[in-house]
Amino acid sequence: MDSVVQLQRQLVDYTASLFHEGFLDEQFNQLQQLQDESNPDFVVEVVSLFFEDSERLLNELAKALDQQSVDFKRIDAHVHQLKGSSSSIGAQRVQKVCIAFRNYCDEQNTEGCLKCLQQVKHEYSLVKTKLETLFKLERQVLAAGGSIPLPI
Amino acid sequence: MDIEVVPSMWPEDIDSEKPYNIEKPRGDQDMLEEANAVRLLREELDILSQQRQEVELKKEILENFRFEEEGYGGDKRPISILDEVIDIYQDLPRRKKDDILGKTDMEIFSGVGVKESQDFKREVLEKGLPAKREITFETELFGKKIFLIYVEPVFSKSGETIGINYMGMDVTDQVRKREKMAKLREEMAVQKAKETELNKTIHITEETMRAKQMLATMSHEIRSPLSGVVSMAEILSATNLDREQRQLLNVMISSGDLVLQLINDILDLSKVESGVMKLEATKFHPRQVVKHVLQTAAASLQKILTLEGHIADDVPIEVIGDVLRIRQILTNLISNAIKFTHEGKVGINLYVVPDPCFGKAEGNHQKTGNAADGDKQEEPQLPETVVWLRCDVYDTGIGIPESALPTLFKKYMQVSADHARKYGGTGLGLAICKQLVELMGGRLTVSSRVNCGSTFTFVLPYKVSPMCDSSDDADDLSDMTDHDAATEDETAGYFLFQPRTLGSLFSSNGSTRTQKLLPHNIGYANSHKLNGLSDNPCSFLSHNVRSKETASVEDAYSTIEVADTLSEPESSFSHSSEPANENVACRSKQCQDYTNSQLQNPTTNSTSHTESRREVDARPKTTESQGSSEAQEKFETSSQCTSGSSPQVPTTKLRPKILLVEDNKINVMVTRSMMKQLGHTIDVVNNGVEAVHAVQCNCYDLILMDVCMPVMDGLQATRLIRSFEETGSWDAAVKAGIELCATSSNSLQDTQGSMPSRKRTPIIAMTANALSESAEECYANGMDSFISKPVTFQKLKECFEQYFP
Repeated sequence: MDSVVQLQRQLVDYTASLFHEGFLDEQFNQLQQLQDESNPDFVVEVVSLFFEDSERLLNELAKALDQQSVDFKRIDAHVHQLKGSSSSIGAQRVQKVCIAFRNYCDEQNTEGCLKCLQQVKHEYSLVKTKLETLFKLERQVLAAGGSIPLPI
Repeated sequence: MDIEVVPSMWPEDIDSEKPYNIEKPRGDQDMLEEANAVRLLREELDILSQQRQEVELKKEILENFRFEEEGYGGDKRPISILDEVIDIYQDLPRRKKDDILGKTDMEIFSGVGVKESQDFKREVLEKGLPAKREITFETELFGKKIFLIYVEPVFSKSGETIGINYMGMDVTDQVRKREKMAKLREEMAVQKAKETELNKTIHITEETMRAKQMLATMSHEIRSPLSGVVSMAEILSATNLDREQRQLLNVMISSGDLVLQLINDILDLSKVESGVMKLEATKFHPRQVVKHVLQTAAASLQKILTLEGHIADDVPIEVIGDVLRIRQILTNLISNAIKFTHEGKVGINLYVVPDPCFGKAEGNHQKTGNAADGDKQEEPQLPETVVWLRCDVYDTGIGIPESALPTLFKKYMQVSADHARKYGGTGLGLAICKQLVELMGGRLTVSSRVNCGSTFTFVLPYKVSPMCDSSDDADDLSDMTDHDAATEDETAGYFLFQPRTLGSLFSSNGSTRTQKLLPHNIGYANSHKLNGLSDNPCSFLSHNVRSKETASVEDAYSTIEVADTLSEPESSFSHSSEPANENVACRSKQCQDYTNSQLQNPTTNSTSHTESRREVDARPKTTESQGSSEAQEKFETSSQCTSGSSPQVPTTKLRPKILLVEDNKINVMVTRSMMKQLGHTIDVVNNGVEAVHAVQCNCYDLILMDVCMPVMDGLQATRLIRSFEETGSWDAAVKAGIELCATSSNSLQDTQGSMPSRKRTPIIAMTANALSESAEECYANGMDSFISKPVTFQKLKECFEQYFP
C-alpha cells in the first residue's frame, strides 16, 4: 500500500507548505477539526461556500469601484464581509489584503481601492487554486483507500 | 762452631754416643744466644709432651669404648645410656631419677615408640648425620608422651661411627598445643570461609530483594499514571471523534491495556516470589470457571479454532481454592494455546487424580475412574477432604521444541527470539503460572510435540467442604456466576465453542455477542500498523457492539458510539480495522473480567448483556434491550451527527437555547458546526432586526451577536433587547421600526414556555476587533462578554462554560 502512504505524505507536505507560505492559518485547522464522520465534507462545503461568496463579493466590488461616484461605504461593507469570511476559513493572505483595502476605503482612496481589489483578486485566485489542489489530493488519498491524516 | 742438628730431643732418640757439641760461651752475646736456644728447645719439649698426654687420653677413651662394644657383643646395636635427666618440671621423683640414671634405654622404656627410636638411632648411625625427630612413646615409665629425640653420631679417630649421643626432650604438651593450634586455625579458616559465603549470599539476597522491591514500587508508580493515561484515553473515546482519531485512540487504549497487564503480571510475579502473595480460599464451581474462561477466550477469538472443555463427572460441584488465581492460570494457558495455534482446537480437561505425592515418582498422574473425593488423602485430621484435580490445557498448535522445554517456565524466556517477535508477549506468563501453581501446592508440567500441539498440565489440591452444597452459597459465588448461570445445569461437564460462520455474525438484533472472523494477523494492536492499512477483506461490522442497552439519553457518548458502529455502511478499510482494535482493546480487559453472554446460544435473543467494557463495569445491570428499533431510535434522536439541517433536540429542558446573530454565511456555518461539536444546536438570524424578533418570540439562554451587520447592527439590537429586559416593553424596538411579534404584544402574557422572560440573557459579542467594535463599546451597549473573530472552538467553549458550567 505504498501509493497510499505516498499520497498521504504528499497531502501532508502540501498542506504544510500552504501554512508555511501563509496561504492558510490556524483557523483552517479549526475547520478541519470540525470535520468528522457525522460531517465528513465540512471543509469542502465551507470552502466552497467561501468561493461562491467571495466571487460574488469580488464582482460587487468591481462593479462598485467602476461607478462614477464610488460608494465607499458599500465597498467597505463588502470588504468587511470578505474579510470576515476569509478570516473564518483561515485564508490569511486574502484577509490581510482586505484589511489594507478597508483602510483605503476609510481614506476614500479610489486608486488604492482599485489596487487592493486587484491584489485581493489575485490572492483569492491563488488560495482558491491551492485549496482545490488540496481537495484533489484528499480525494486521491481517499480513493486509494487511505484516510486523511489529521492536521499536525 | 758447628752444631749438629739433633733430629729429636727425645732422650731415647738422642744418641748418647754421639757427642753433642756444646757451645762454648763466648762472652755475653754468646750466652744470650745460647740461653735463647735452650729456652726454645725447652718450649718445644713441653708442647710435645702435652700432645703425648692428649693422645694417651684419647687412647684411653677409645679403649673404653672398644671395651663396651666388645662387652655388648659387638653387634653395634644402638644403645643409649641415660646420662642425665634434665627435669625442668621437677616431675620425676629423685629416687626414680637415680633409678634410671645410668641405665640403657632398653632398660628404661618399653612400649610404643621404642622401636621407632631404635630405628631412628640406627638411621643416624648409618647416615652419619645428626637428626631430630618427634617420637611418640607410650611406656610404663612415662605414660604417653611425645619426645623430641635428638641423635648424633659419635665418630672414632678414624671416622668410623662407633656410637651415638641420644637426647630426648618431653614435648608432649607442646605437641598437643601445636596440634590444637593447628586444629583451631583450620576451624577458623572454615568458619571464615562459611562466613564469607554467607555474607555473599546475604548480599545477593539483599540486592535481589531491593531490586524486587524497586520493581514492585516502580511498577506501582508506573501503574498509576498509566491508568490515568488509559482512563483519559477511554474518556476521550467517548467524545466525538473522527475515523482517524478513533483508530489512533483505539491503538492507544489497547497498547495502554497491554502495558497495564504487563505491569500487573510483573507485580504478581514479584509478589509471589517475595512471598507476599496471599492465597484466598473461596468456594467456587470448577465447571463454571472452565466455562467462563473458554467463553471469554471464544468471545475474542479471531481465528478459526474450536474451543472445548471437558470436566469429569467425579469432579466435585464445588471446591475451595483461590479462584482468582486459578482463573488467571487457566486464562494464561488458554491464551497461550490460542496464540500458538492456528488451526484445530484448544481445550481444557479437568479430572480427579489420586494424591500425586510429589516426593515420589511423577507417574501417578493418571486419570482415575474411581469416585474420589479425596478418600485416599493422608490428612485425616482435617474436617475437609482434599481432592487433587488435574487440568490439561491442550492445543493442536505449533508445539514446543524439546530444547526449549527446560527454560519454558523461566522468567522472560521465550522459545526463541523469533517467537518473541512474531507472537509478542513478555515471557512472564508461564513463569507466573508456575509460581502460582507451586504456591498452591501443585505442579505445572508440559508435554509437546512440534507441529502437533502441546499440553500444559497442572495438578492442584482443593479442599472440599464436607457440607458442600451447590444450591446455596450464592454470595460466595457472586463474583463468578451471574443469575443466568444459576439456571443452567450445574453439572454440565462439556462445553464446545465452535468457530462462528459468517452468517450468524450480524443479526438484526445486533445485541448478540459474536465472534469475529478475521484473519489472525490482527494479533496485538501494538504490532499492527493502523493507518487504515489492514488487509482485512471482511469488514464485518457486527463486532462487539458496545453497551447498547445501557444507552440512555443522558449517556450521549455511548449512543454516539452506537451510532458510530451502526451507521457506517461503507467498507472502507480504515474502518474495518477499527473494530479489530476495539476488540483487541476489549480482549485484554476480558481476560481479566468475564462476560455474561451466552455464547452457546447464538439464536436466542439474548436477554441481558453487559459487555465488560470498562465504562460499563461501573454501571449496574441494565434493563433488557427492546430490540433494534429502540436502539435505532435512540441513535437517531440523540445523535447529533446530522450536519447542518434542523436537528431535533430531544429534551428541551436540558439544552440551552442559543441564538446566533450573524450575517456572514460562512461564519454561520463554522459557528454552527462548532456549537454542534459542543453539543448544542442553535437558531440563526442574520441581522439585528431579526434578532429582536427572535428574542420577542423565544426565550434564549444565550445570544451570540455579531456586531457589524446590515440593517441593524449588533450593538443596537443589544440595546433594544436590554431595554425590554429592563422595562418590560418593546417600545424602543417599535420606535426603531421593528414590528412586534404577535405573541409578545403584552409581555406578561403567560405563553407556553416561550414567553420572553425579562431575565437578562447573556449576550456575547462577536467582534472583528475593528475600532468600532471595541470591547468598551460592546459593554456599554449591554453586552456581557465578547469573542474576537475569527471564532475558534476553544473560544466558544470557554465562553460557553462561563455561562453554562
